[in-house]
Amino acid sequence: MTNSFADYLNTDLFFVIGSNPTEAHPMAGAKIMSSLMNGTKLIVADPRRIELADKADIFLQLRPGTDIPLLNGLMHIIIKENLHDQKFIEERTEGIEDLKAAVEKFTPARVSEMTGVPENLLYDAARLYATTSKAMLCYTLGITEHICGVDNVMSVANLAMLTGHLGREGTGVNPQRGQNNVQGACDMGALPGDYPGYQKVVNPEVQAKFEKAWGVKLSNQPGLTIPDMMDAAVEGKLKAMYILGEDPVLTDPDANHIKKALQSMDFVVVQELFMSETAKFADVILPGASFTEKDGTFTSSERRVQRVRKAIEPIGDTRPDWWIVCEVAKRMGYPMAYAHPEEIFNELASLTPSYGGITYDRIEHCGLQWPCPTVDHPGTPILHTKAFARGKGLFKAIDHTPPAEMPDEEYPYLLSTGRILYHYNVTTRYSSALDAHRPEEAAMIHPADAVMLGVGTGDTVQVTSRRGSVKTKVAVTDKVQSGMIWMSFHYRETPTNELTVNAFDPISKTGEYKVAAVRIEKTSPM
Amino acid sequence: MPNVTLTVDGTQVTVPKGTTVVEAAWKAGAFVPTLCHDPELSKPGACRICVVEVKGARNLVASCVTEAVEGMEVQTSTPAVIEARKTILELMLDNHPEDCLTCHQAGDCKLQDYAYFYNVKPGAFGGESHQYELEDDNLFIVRNMNKCILCGKCLRACEEKQGRAVIDFAYRGFKTKVTTALDQPLADSVCVSCGSCVAVCPTGALTEKAMLGKARKWEIEKIRTTCPFCGVGCNLDLNVKGGKILGATSNPASPTNGRDLCVKGRFGIDYVHSPKRLTKPLIKKNGAFVESSWDEALDLVATKLGEIKNKFGSDAIAALSSARCTNEDNYVMQKFVRAGIGTNNVDHCART
Ligand code: SF4
Ligand code: SF4
Repeated sequence: MTNSFADYLNTDLFFVIGSNPTEAHPMAGAKIMSSLMNGTKLIVADPRRIELADKADIFLQLRPGTDIPLLNGLMHIIIKENLHDQKFIEERTEGIEDLKAAVEKFTPARVSEMTGVPENLLYDAARLYATTSKAMLCYTLGITEHICGVDNVMSVANLAMLTGHLGREGTGVNPQRGQNNVQGACDMGALPGDYPGYQKVVNPEVQAKFEKAWGVKLSNQPGLTIPDMMDAAVEGKLKAMYILGEDPVLTDPDANHIKKALQSMDFVVVQELFMSETAKFADVILPGASFTEKDGTFTSSERRVQRVRKAIEPIGDTRPDWWIVCEVAKRMGYPMAYAHPEEIFNELASLTPSYGGITYDRIEHCGLQWPCPTVDHPGTPILHTKAFARGKGLFKAIDHTPPAEMPDEEYPYLLSTGRILYHYNVTTRYSSALDAHRPEEAAMIHPADAVMLGVGTGDTVQVTSRRGSVKTKVAVTDKVQSGMIWMSFHYRETPTNELTVNAFDPISKTGEYKVAAVRIEKTSPM
Repeated sequence: MPNVTLTVDGTQVTVPKGTTVVEAAWKAGAFVPTLCHDPELSKPGACRICVVEVKGARNLVASCVTEAVEGMEVQTSTPAVIEARKTILELMLDNHPEDCLTCHQAGDCKLQDYAYFYNVKPGAFGGESHQYELEDDNLFIVRNMNKCILCGKCLRACEEKQGRAVIDFAYRGFKTKVTTALDQPLADSVCVSCGSCVAVCPTGALTEKAMLGKARKWEIEKIRTTCPFCGVGCNLDLNVKGGKILGATSNPASPTNGRDLCVKGRFGIDYVHSPKRLTKPLIKKNGAFVESSWDEALDLVATKLGEIKNKFGSDAIAALSSARCTNEDNYVMQKFVRAGIGTNNVDHCART
């Protein structure tokens, strides 16, 4: 995020696209909801009539996978009506001509046809966003979980730069991170091409720095991303996998492909709290301690590094994850000995420039937002106030990429997936109260489709894609468009990701969870 | 911002213009009780327990809604002030169940504290008292409207902090009650079970269902931590007794969320004590998992990974790190993969 959550209260307009904050990031949603009560305006763009859509001044109910035409169409109008921020563009950006050329052909009429959004709403949204001084764009996985996810993100950035909506209080672009420590896992170098702090493995200077710090020769070959790992496993090239605290069988797209990958390998270790769907494929399961049983830090979406504190002893014979990994390393001849997580933190801070000034003492009370390079640096609540990371912001000409798979005669419905308020990936299924509240999947389908299929709320359907088939109960609601079905991925009884597409953004390798083609049939109860 | 200087019980105090009298009084070290006042919420000035004497004013003033002005002379504990506060408490206690002995809130209840401080006993008026049924029909929150003092903080938190306005005052006079629209159960309303109303309730009217009857307030140790359920990064206090986490409460000092949380953070932490937790290392033998010691499991992992590395090279091994685990866990994992195994094959499941 370029801004802080506290800054949400300083804006005059939210533009929420591909994000359902009141369910997926509830306290961010609450800040939006309460500022609406004080007169803040709201534009929502989403295929579903999400809760915020009902509160929106303008609701753009676009067809899934048409974010780029929508964003290009808005920019087309802004440029045609001369509503762009000429000063910001001249001082802070490059490439405006490329952008102008790219959006030229996205006329309101054409965009309306592609997205299903009425032309007048396109005009309203473009004008409102461009002419409001403090405007905050918020997006999440609805933007990134597409084969054109990176292009989508760039389109969002284009729109913000075009209108000068960056780097000021109450004004910015805010992707909200899904899982609690996605930000931290990325910052820490749990990425095949990056050491901690996004220092590239292909950079010889960086390599030398880490070789010196860690006392061994390191590889300068970028590693495999998850989809490539799974493919390599199926092809027999990858022989072993060590999986820490994730459940790809339930949460990654095309679950059957993942299962095959796990079965193909010689050795799989899973370190987990629960017998997850993935753990069932393990040769060895190592029981980890939960976040209440260890010390450490998480880094939130607003780049705030905060303490996690041990409140109770590890349950049963479990151990903190860092301890287990160090033990394996030691037994493989690479000693990694730390007496306490604080020692680990001090080491990682010394190697990660943006964390360089952060210590446990400094974050004892309220955390610090990176970049925080030195011990006297106050942290950074708003990014890009004076310049972008690369100096000038670069406009990128982006064209439309249709989803990898679209409904056809055989698979006539469009499946989209996401998260619901009462659950978080899979751990919340083990909370007795939360699970009692929402014990099973309730796939959303439109009343018109329900009539065609002969089903009502609570009935069971079989949903089938080219990759798999699952049973689910349905909830009939006009929150989804007709021709569309929406499902969450929290339930092992309804493993939605057996249906999703094995297609990924070419750069980010993020899976296309948001669009797949499926067939729906009424069936006997579960 | 310009300042104003006033005296509170003879002590001079200087505060920024716009400060309320009660805040100025607290700053001067005076004791002024409040019930409906909350620094983060709008100020109705409804309960009047905060009355003080201001020189030149004809009546006692509600200090939470009166602005401190230059030269003001405030008295916080004159006989008239104390008399007024006692009367307010007597009226409240007259219509309040006398069950502090078994009340969950005992020890952390403003009504109890003020009654003790002013030595006010129930039954002064012998008036009517409410006989509402306990509302425990939902999974997360128990509402005992007999203990409600109508301070209205819950409905202001619901509206102003969560943007919901699920609850409001309904009915009139003695029958006034905080309810959902149409007085339906919370479970049937549009309530999202965030518990912000519980967090601000000064009495035992609203409580976390899971913690009810589990511990006296003074037995609970609170450990501040960061919520594990989404990227917002709310802080919360784990409530611990006897090595067990009873639940979570919010902490006003939390930078992003203050006293507010969502249903997951406030009510979902019990997964930690789920009987389904894995508690021993498991090794698959003939297709079935068998419990093992740590040494056996760790040696097996090290040996197998070592063999594969020797036979097929470092790049035949990969690891998935976790967006759920701590920074320290992730750092150690990628260091192990890069330095210990010798490959950059490390990624995590949600790179966005
Ligand atoms: S739990 Fe939250 S939404 Fe429900 S009444 Fe209380 S404050 Fe409102
Ligand atoms: S309390 Fe809710 S909004 Fe806050 S971090 Fe936890 S899951 Fe996210």
